[in-house]
Amino acid sequence: MSHFLNWVATFNPLVQIVLVVLAFLLVIAALLFFVEIAPRSGRRYTIIRLAVCISVPLIVMLALGSVLWAAAIAAVLGGLFFILDYRAKAGSGYMFQLVGFLAPAVLLLAVGLIYPSVKTLFDSFLSGRGNWVGIDNYVWIFTQPEARRTVLNTIVWVLIVPAVSTIFGLAYAVFIDKSRGEKIFKVLVFMPMAISFVGASIIWRFVYTARPADQEQIGLLNQLVVWLGGQPVQFLQNSPWNTFFLIVVLIWIQTGFAMVVLSAAIKGVPAEQLEAAELDGTNAWQRFINVTVPGIRSSLIVVLTTISIASLKVFDIVRTMTAGANETSVIANEMYTQYTTFELGRSAAFAVILFVLVTPIIVYNARQIKKQREIR
Amino acid sequence: MSAVIPAKLPIDDATEKQLGVGEKRLEHGVAVRTKKRLTSRTATIAALIIAALWTLPTFGLFISSLRPAELVNTTGWWTIFQNWGFTLDNYAQVLQAGSGTLNLAGAFVNSLAITIPATVFPLVIASLAAYAFAWIDFTGKNWMFIAVFALQIVPLQMALVPLLSLFSRGVQAGDTEIFSGLNASGSYAQVWIAHTIFALPLAIFLLHNFISEIPRELVEAARVDGAGHGQIFFRVVLPLTMPAIASFGIFQFLWVWNDLLVALIFADGAVAPMTKLLAEITGSRGQDWHLLTAGAFISILVPLIVFFALQRYFVRGLLAGSTKG
Repeated sequence: MSHFLNWVATFNPLVQIVLVVLAFLLVIAALLFFVEIAPRSGRRYTIIRLAVCISVPLIVMLALGSVLWAAAIAAVLGGLFFILDYRAKAGSGYMFQLVGFLAPAVLLLAVGLIYPSVKTLFDSFLSGRGNWVGIDNYVWIFTQPEARRTVLNTIVWVLIVPAVSTIFGLAYAVFIDKSRGEKIFKVLVFMPMAISFVGASIIWRFVYTARPADQEQIGLLNQLVVWLGGQPVQFLQNSPWNTFFLIVVLIWIQTGFAMVVLSAAIKGVPAEQLEAAELDGTNAWQRFINVTVPGIRSSLIVVLTTISIASLKVFDIVRTMTAGANETSVIANEMYTQYTTFELGRSAAFAVILFVLVTPIIVYNARQIKKQREIR
Repeated sequence: MSAVIPAKLPIDDATEKQLGVGEKRLEHGVAVRTKKRLTSRTATIAALIIAALWTLPTFGLFISSLRPAELVNTTGWWTIFQNWGFTLDNYAQVLQAGSGTLNLAGAFVNSLAITIPATVFPLVIASLAAYAFAWIDFTGKNWMFIAVFALQIVPLQMALVPLLSLFSRGVQAGDTEIFSGLNASGSYAQVWIAHTIFALPLAIFLLHNFISEIPRELVEAARVDGAGHGQIFFRVVLPLTMPAIASFGIFQFLWVWNDLLVALIFADGAVAPMTKLLAEITGSRGQDWHLLTAGAFISILVPLIVFFALQRYFVRGLLAGSTKG
């Protein structure tokens, strides 16, 4: 495996793309081929199944650099699987197909997401050197003023960004619903969503730049301040307001998302209801509050929760604009900072806190699914 | 983490229908009939103001990236008419800028080399798994699917560090080496695999919604004709889900292209993508605005092209993500 990867790595990057995608598609094609012929009955196919069951684990293990006898164990397990498959109630080859389809995803998720998450949880109780320290890392986070500030900042992000982006997005969706050139309007506000957080951060750092008062300003915002008769401000240095100027960037990005979803929802509100309300003599604002908003309630919830998750995990903006300096750090950024200073335990603890903060939303999701299942 | 996240929360059927209707009206312009009556001048002006506010920062960046260095760093871009002057030097210069091992031109190629495979891999693997969840019956299917669904909200941060040590040090059971590690730090492999894994939960979940909506008769007909799961998947399911795969593909492409966190951890030195290098340049040369503006514009160029060219799919994918549940 590493030989193949290192061999690929010697090529020009663009050739690498082709090579690696081709190799991948070949493997998938082989997989589909064996899945296709698996349930066929007859001696020949049984032998093919047996050969695949034994050789695939063997080859995979050897490719991953395992020692021979570990690979042999894997091959024996493959053989056991063959027998299990042979005796399956749904006919031989049934489990073979199932595993063929599911194994790549399940293995990757187990090895790349589940195992590391459990490991991180465990690591959060270790010190940077790997000694057991109990909950010291968590105690450190909640007692150190700087670390506490990090958690507080994250909460501020989550409180402000979803609310403001949704309000802006909703207002804009309503405005453009009633004006000409809706599509162009939409594209203009939606565009920031395609831009990377890093790009957006540079765009806004440029807006916020400050130069000494006796020189001409090159940052738009400071020029506005000067025009209004003020002194140039170091927007990204003065705590606590600098966090709010970072938050503006995420709002700038997420408003487009809120706008697109809410705009579609608004158009789905039955015109009859609005007309009926109009006949009752209500004004535009009353119609909006009493008919439109209740009509799009669940879309509003979708937008709010999605943006909440994004603001909880915000990393790139803080990293690029201030790297967490001047009390602007957030949990995700601190997790990375602790990692780069080899404080792996603290880094893991920050990750776990992030996970815990996201969990209420998971529970909420699970409940929604259950509700939906009951409706059906 | 990129700016683009298709909404993925489940909502009830009524809302799903409502969004669907709204989406259709959007595309076919049915709304026009009521539109004329409702057109209001105040609304147009308010929309104009917000649109201007939203566009101005990007516009300023673009203008500045085309101005000569000494002008960018001493005068505001809004004074372009008093301080006239355009040049492409910034772009030429920033493509050569960077760290010792990598310049921005190389990082651009790296971004491509990372993004394309990291878009193809998860889509293929996820559609295989989604097919199994939709069309193969097995015990424990439901809880397994819910587990996959739950995984999509586990923050990347939980997995990054252990996954990195898995890549570099492998796995040992006692003294026995089970997995020797990738030993491929000079290649893109780590980034490809990491992105693939992190994309899977959402990809499986979204694709499952589309694949399970394929009419049962079609699948049954293929089965009667003697096709096994392999052929059904390849000949029936895959072509029918292509629109969904394409629209998730756009998201994954932008997601990987715009990602910084995974790149910081898994792509070191010569294989770093543009986002990582730009973040570094911002740190080290934060006041060289002629370079930063040009660099930022290069990095947002590809997403903008993808966005404008495939806008319909983009919006549809976003709405689909938020309505299918």
